[in-house]
Amino acid sequence: MAQTVKSGSCAALIIGGSAGSLDVLLEIFPNLKNDLNFPIVLVVHRKASNESLLTDLLQSRTKLKVREAEEKEFLTAGKVFIAPADYHTLIEDDGSISLDYSEKVNYSRPSIDVTFQAAAEVFKEKVVCILLSGSNADGVEGLKSVNNYGGKVVIQNPNTAIMPYMPQQAVLGVRPHVILDSHEMADFINNLND
Amino acid sequence: MISDAIDNEQVELLLNDVLETHGYDFLEYSHASIKRRITRLYALDNFVSFAEFRYTVKTDKQYFKRFLEEITVNVTEMFRDPSFYKALREDVLPVLGTYPFIRIWVAGCSTGEEAYSLAIVLKELNLLNKSLIYATDINPSVLDKAKKGMFPLNYLKQYSENYLQSGGLKDFSTYYTANYSLAKFDETLNSKMIFSTHNLVSDHSFNEFQLILCRNVLIYFDKELQHKVFNLFDGSIEKLGYLALGSKESLEFWPKAKEYKRIRLEKIWRKL
Repeated sequence: MAQTVKSGSCAALIIGGSAGSLDVLLEIFPNLKNDLNFPIVLVVHRKASNESLLTDLLQSRTKLKVREAEEKEFLTAGKVFIAPADYHTLIEDDGSISLDYSEKVNYSRPSIDVTFQAAAEVFKEKVVCILLSGSNADGVEGLKSVNNYGGKVVIQNPNTAIMPYMPQQAVLGVRPHVILDSHEMADFINNLND
Repeated sequence: MISDAIDNEQVELLLNDVLETHGYDFLEYSHASIKRRITRLYALDNFVSFAEFRYTVKTDKQYFKRFLEEITVNVTEMFRDPSFYKALREDVLPVLGTYPFIRIWVAGCSTGEEAYSLAIVLKELNLLNKSLIYATDINPSVLDKAKKGMFPLNYLKQYSENYLQSGGLKDFSTYYTANYSLAKFDETLNSKMIFSTHNLVSDHSFNEFQLILCRNVLIYFDKELQHKVFNLFDGSIEKLGYLALGSKESLEFWPKAKEYKRIRLEKIWRKL
């Protein structure tokens, strides 16, 4: 497990989380390098209100530019794009973002499955998807797509997740590239393209 | 699993068939979204092969109705984004109230929730009598639902909260009667609505309006098509009229955007 990753092999990192994932993100973000050469997309379940709270919280902990993803905007390296509340975030073949207000998936909008699947189809073996703490099974189907397209699946260790159900379901249903504790994640991300 | 069943080439084949056989052009829709809708429908209806799916879409008129309804997104809400309706109530509609007659176009109205929300605000401002709301959609079957003005009762609690947050003054339940699992809205509301099919991709301007509302429709279009539709709207809005978009949509990159002025922090622009 955890074999070295070839240089330039990560085109995009997608992180999905639900209940209990904010603590993990707050632990990861201060330790991220400032010059990551791939974009990060964050899909976090939350209420539609308090629109900028998550963006502000994370921005205060990193020098990487953190912003809410905008419709038709291009994913660019070294930036963090947060999936807006109450929309699904899709990725086009040209690396731009499409938002979608269709039915909830796993009672969720944004749904982690939707963005993982879209990213897997576009970036194929060059996508890395991390699934964090949560209490429903959103993300698991998406990780299966990532598996199918040869991308890397990373799952938070359910034993140390605040809400273990979501990572547990993933461990049962998907072949992970690696299972990590929250304190190991920043290092893993920093070394993705080295 | 719902992914991976249909590839990009197949999506294109299917959309070309739909254009040639049925005259609906989805080729300039945002690709990721339309592909997801197609894949979802293919899985939902248990087709055994893409060939069978393609043949059915092409030849079965009844099935094509379903196809049209399912690949377009018809998720909507009453008083969606309360602060938007507050701005309409306080800033936009009172200005239109100074006109002798108000013409509004709700483009891509789906099952009608936004048109009824608008009618409620107009009614509370005593403007409904001199207003006409043109509610259009590409899809005839959602318009049939919109005409009836009946919405699932279990959503009404949320709608009522939205309404109050948007500055609504009444008890929301005075606008509908509960009928089994449905809420039937007051018929004075849709007495001022005209429902018609209209395809933003291929149909032309059909009137001049003081307000065009088109929310969460353009997110499904690619950039070029968005600009074409903005031009269509531009040709359909009177001077000093308003254009209202969804919370994540923007005029920003459209070349004529500087001829419009943004109202408050909402996605509402006024034509200068």
